[in-house]
Amino acid sequence: MQINELKVGDTLPERHHTPTNVTLFMYNAAVWNPHRIHYDETYTTQVEKHPGIVIDGPLQGDWLAQCVTNWAGTDGRVLRFSYSNRRATYLGETMVSGGRITSIDAQNRKVSVELFIRNAEGAVTSPGSAVVELFR
Amino acid sequence: MGTLLTAEHKAWIGREEAPVHVEVSRRDIIKYAIATEQTLPKYLAGDEAPPMFIFNLFGALRQVSDMRHDGLPRGTGSGPKLPLQRVMAGGTELILSRPIRPGDRLTGVQRIVDMYEKEGSQGPLIFTVRSLRVTDADGQPVLEEIQTAIAR
Repeated sequence: MQINELKVGDTLPERHHTPTNVTLFMYNAAVWNPHRIHYDETYTTQVEKHPGIVIDGPLQGDWLAQCVTNWAGTDGRVLRFSYSNRRATYLGETMVSGGRITSIDAQNRKVSVELFIRNAEGAVTSPGSAVVELFR
Repeated sequence: MGTLLTAEHKAWIGREEAPVHVEVSRRDIIKYAIATEQTLPKYLAGDEAPPMFIFNLFGALRQVSDMRHDGLPRGTGSGPKLPLQRVMAGGTELILSRPIRPGDRLTGVQRIVDMYEKEGSQGPLIFTVRSLRVTDADGQPVLEEIQTAIAR
């Protein structure tokens, strides 16, 4: 991928994400997060009054980061990344990550992208953005 | 509005925490890469950490006896005890100077940079904004993060 091949509005590949109890367990173990809303359904629904096990916001942040790193591959590196956790999502849901190019700085080989996690209803649950430096 | 946070809470704004030191292992990167279903070989081999590997990397390691009923550490990590106790991650902003790699000996310094209240659709919310500055063993910058936690 070279910067002169890109244009504003180009989309990044979309990916579906359907976390399971097992993947949430592994994620929370990997980041050392013992918060019960991510593995204890009785506690989560009865005490914290969520409709189900809560999918970690930072995990969705990771999916957004992956949207960029997978797209850039070995052709670039992420300089800036941000996401915002706007709406809770729950075990059993399937989300879609994706994005599009919002600006291109050809002189400095920098590309800005906006990112999204969308739920099955099409609502954006986590928006994000990134700046990537391309090597060519 | 603005009735939950006292001057005592706000006094935490600007306070710098003691530095936290972390050694990064290839195995920890691989575990993270598997758990997050990464696809790039450099992450799955643990040669480099994905950007969000940073989440909670410098978080407090507390004894089981020092955890609340909800599983979170007593207190709210680095910061005052808040009148709202149900905490969730609100988001993050990262400026990446270089990737984290296995063998890195990192130092992280956290600071609360803002605390404010908002009225959410289901009640009041307290936002705690923390900065994290990470350097390597040579004192060179690795990343800077601004992270928001929301208590409801």
